[in-house]
Amino acid sequence: MAILLDHTFQIVALGSGMLGLISGVLGTFAVLRKESLLGEGVSHSALPGVVLAFLLTGVRQTEVLLLGAAATGLLAVFFITLIVKYSKLKFDSALALIMSVFFGFGLLLLTHAQRIPTASQAGLSRFIYGQAAALLGRDIHLLLWVSGGILLLVFLFWKEFKVFSFDPEYARVIGIPTVRIHVLLSLLIVTAIIVGLQTVGVVLMSSMLIAPAVAARQWTNRLGTMTLLAALFGIISGVVGTFLSSTLERMPTGPAIVVIATSIALISLLVSPNRGILQGLLKRSRLRKEGI
Amino acid sequence: MNAIEIKDLTVAYDSKPVLWDIELKIPQSKLAAIIGPNGAGKTTLVKSLLGLVKPVMGQVEIMGNQQKIAYVPQTASVDWDFPTTALDVVMMGRYGHLGFFKRPGKKEKALAGKCLEKVGMEAFASRQISQLSGGQQQRVFLARALAQDAEIYLLDEPLKGVDAKTEAVIMELLKGLQRDGKTVIVVHHDLRTVEANFDWVVLLNTQLVGNGPVKDIFTKENLEQTYQMDRKVG
Repeated sequence: MAILLDHTFQIVALGSGMLGLISGVLGTFAVLRKESLLGEGVSHSALPGVVLAFLLTGVRQTEVLLLGAAATGLLAVFFITLIVKYSKLKFDSALALIMSVFFGFGLLLLTHAQRIPTASQAGLSRFIYGQAAALLGRDIHLLLWVSGGILLLVFLFWKEFKVFSFDPEYARVIGIPTVRIHVLLSLLIVTAIIVGLQTVGVVLMSSMLIAPAVAARQWTNRLGTMTLLAALFGIISGVVGTFLSSTLERMPTGPAIVVIATSIALISLLVSPNRGILQGLLKRSRLRKEGI
Repeated sequence: MNAIEIKDLTVAYDSKPVLWDIELKIPQSKLAAIIGPNGAGKTTLVKSLLGLVKPVMGQVEIMGNQQKIAYVPQTASVDWDFPTTALDVVMMGRYGHLGFFKRPGKKEKALAGKCLEKVGMEAFASRQISQLSGGQQQRVFLARALAQDAEIYLLDEPLKGVDAKTEAVIMELLKGLQRDGKTVIVVHHDLRTVEANFDWVVLLNTQLVGNGPVKDIFTKENLEQTYQMDRKVG
């Protein structure tokens, strides 16, 4: 427990907590818009970008690597959109296709890069499963600034995001610039994914968007409350996951965080009132008894 | 004065025409029904008026501007499991008026409450929307349109699958809007109630079959033509 007082741990936990917070907030919109799979595509497709950025520049600063991540992540989304628009493939097939190609290419590049001596120092492999302990002070700074920006924008465009997520056609009818709102919301989600890659990793980052939001939906019928709850669940997952990964040897942060987040989601799905599975079963058996 | 004016409108999905060469004027302060068989392009016509679909050809002119239109979509078109309450949905009708960065406050809440009252749904204000019946959902949508305080009201099948009580409430409200000088355009499916409820009718089957006062246009011959017309065009 002494680790809780450790300054390095506190800083890292602050970063993971913040990441959990923005993942929860944006995940709420991603889940309600049924676009959470897009996050899966972006995060997996970010891997080749990270490695390419390093190979091309030889720099291992996080900002540079994340820019590379954003570039290939967005490129993948662009390809998916093109395929859906110009072929008979549906969104899920296009996503699976592009995502596996990009991720496979990323692994290939990573294997190649690992042979370069400076690459292991750059710690590129941390981007696969995430390693919060590798976060530097300045990484946390970046994370905090970006998170602050994201939260401010969500606050400012709250009603636009809300009506657009509920009924996009209606939003357009009442004069909301829906194309711009859609682009802004997607950019925020992509940004959250990209800044989370170091901590959670490309493989599991999308769970960080989905799980807290799914859990939160079980407990409330109001968007505001759902967003706050998702943020809270995100923070808990981030901090507890980081704690687990710091105390257990060779435990990457991503899986630790995601196990916590999905546990919260699972418990919520089971026991929440009104929407919970157990509640539903109980109600059904009661009805059946009364029927007989 | 015409509330809407459509010139030479053609709309197609995947090169299959849904609306073909439509010329249409609806005067102000009419309560108009759009009638036609399934797939006749009724919803597409409404969406063209709203600027939601891009025409292949032609123009749509709305008296005033686009902001003056209130819209009641088909109830099946939204995610009813969305975490929001009836009152909340009605408040969305004010979002367009608020402008960026402004949040709905007490004034909007009061107005939304009043609109819920008008459709007889004030008791359900804090209900999650999936816990409402089909007719109640329809009334909430109507209240949201009322909150928009528009000049033209476009409703897509507002009476589909609702009970008699809801139908009466909705029709009474629409007639009230007309009395206030608003133009109300309704996609309608029940031929039996057209004469009792509407004073203007648009007969549509990809092409325009008839457009005018109910007593002139809602004739047996016209209806036969609307429902039996060979829909192949070109």
